[in-house]
Amino acid sequence: MLLSALRSDLPKLSEIGAALGTLLKDPWYNRGPNDQGILNLLLSSLKRVFSGFALGALIAIPMGVVMGSVPGVRRALDPVVQLLRPVSPLAWFPIGLVLFKSAEPATVFIIFITALWPTVINTAFGVSGVPQDFKNVARVFQFTPTQYVLRVLLPYALPHIVTGLRISFGIAWMVIVAAEMLSGKSGIGFFVWDAWNALNLPNVVSAILIIGVTGFTFDQLFNVLEKKVSYV
Amino acid sequence: MSEVLTLPQKSSAIASPLTPALAIQGVHRRYGSFVALEDVNLDIWPGEFVSIIGHSGCGKSTLLNLIAGLDHPTEGHVQILGRTITGPGPDRSMVFQNYSLLPWLSVRHNVTEALKAARPDMNGTEREQTTDHALKTVGLWPHQHKRPTALSGGQRQRVAIARAFAVHPRVLLLDEPFGALDAITKGKLQDELLGMWSAEGESGISNVVMVTHDIDEAIYLSDRIVVMSNGPRAHIHEVLTVDLPRPRDRAALVKSDTYLDLKAHMLHLLGTVLATHA
Repeated sequence: MLLSALRSDLPKLSEIGAALGTLLKDPWYNRGPNDQGILNLLLSSLKRVFSGFALGALIAIPMGVVMGSVPGVRRALDPVVQLLRPVSPLAWFPIGLVLFKSAEPATVFIIFITALWPTVINTAFGVSGVPQDFKNVARVFQFTPTQYVLRVLLPYALPHIVTGLRISFGIAWMVIVAAEMLSGKSGIGFFVWDAWNALNLPNVVSAILIIGVTGFTFDQLFNVLEKKVSYV
Repeated sequence: MSEVLTLPQKSSAIASPLTPALAIQGVHRRYGSFVALEDVNLDIWPGEFVSIIGHSGCGKSTLLNLIAGLDHPTEGHVQILGRTITGPGPDRSMVFQNYSLLPWLSVRHNVTEALKAARPDMNGTEREQTTDHALKTVGLWPHQHKRPTALSGGQRQRVAIARAFAVHPRVLLLDEPFGALDAITKGKLQDELLGMWSAEGESGISNVVMVTHDIDEAIYLSDRIVVMSNGPRAHIHEVLTVDLPRPRDRAALVKSDTYLDLKAHMLHLLGTVLATHA
């Protein structure tokens, strides 16, 4: 049954190529909120991901720094993080709707929640690993607390933080597609769902390819950043 | 803060001949039920170079950390020029066993950051000049913009020495500083260290306290050698005076009777009296 579906129902390569060609021929058109070019849709998804991701990082990095440097805080917050981390971010959508009364900020809220955990966990791990040798240097030469944070703690933890951000971003990019299917306004996830409703499978496959290439590109950018902040 | 502003000064200006530079009095250090040090007493006089030697686990690094102010005695106290040490201070600075340079900072910034912290009394120009001087003294000025990872072990330890020495501490603490270096590099660095210490007027360093496990190094460098008993409950087993005139000549030294007697005595102490089965 699966094989016959593969043969008869799934689009042929030529159809996918044609669909992709059409989509990319005029990718930036804008005929109202429900009819936009593919790159316009991609851009609105990226905007949501970056807003949620940036907000998440803004909370997650300081939270991870505190968790990593104060054992008491870590013991208190670790169970909370471990409990919330495995929850599908989509489960937070209703909470977002209640909080913001609108689908758009609720979608960003989902991404925010998604982006938190890997960054919190990696930052805390990095910060808690500052070797005693470096702490002793800071103490012997009497570094001020600010100097310790800026010259010892953050540079030491930075590679871990960037790895956390990279994982956060990767998951956020996966989640945005589902979130947009749920919120149903615009974006690449909305496009996939819309194409499915129109039984336009070549467009669905085209969107999958575009999502993949975009995710891969950003992952590579984070990879470059990781190499930049590495001090080994 | 007042500490920072009043120090460092020349030893002769502060210390009366009767005040030890460092006084370790009735020091015990326990970690829970584990007794690391038991009743350690030692006076170190201004201008002295003192080595602490002993087997692994004899508490020699603990003793050094107590002087540095990184650790505190459970009983007794450690004084510098009559003041009880409560924490690290700009009057003491340390060279660590594994260099402990901050790998994300350039060689130069490793020195300037330490200076910024330890010597807030210096202005920017003084700090840059002091850094230049310290790096030139150890011959690493041409490499100042490199990261420590781009340097050899000997060069890294030179940077660590430059960093410690730039602060102009009264007391320089060294924790097995040359243990990981080859013999030739080790010899050069020992001589450079002696040079800085004997040029006290310039460096401000009056005392050096060095932890080592190398008998030859201890004799070549020190005025006195503190031999620790084995831990736990480590204490000072014996203090040896190295009665050899300075400057010392390495080649002539190894043939002198004083040197040979000292070495034989220390080998006997560490190899027989304090033998471990490690």
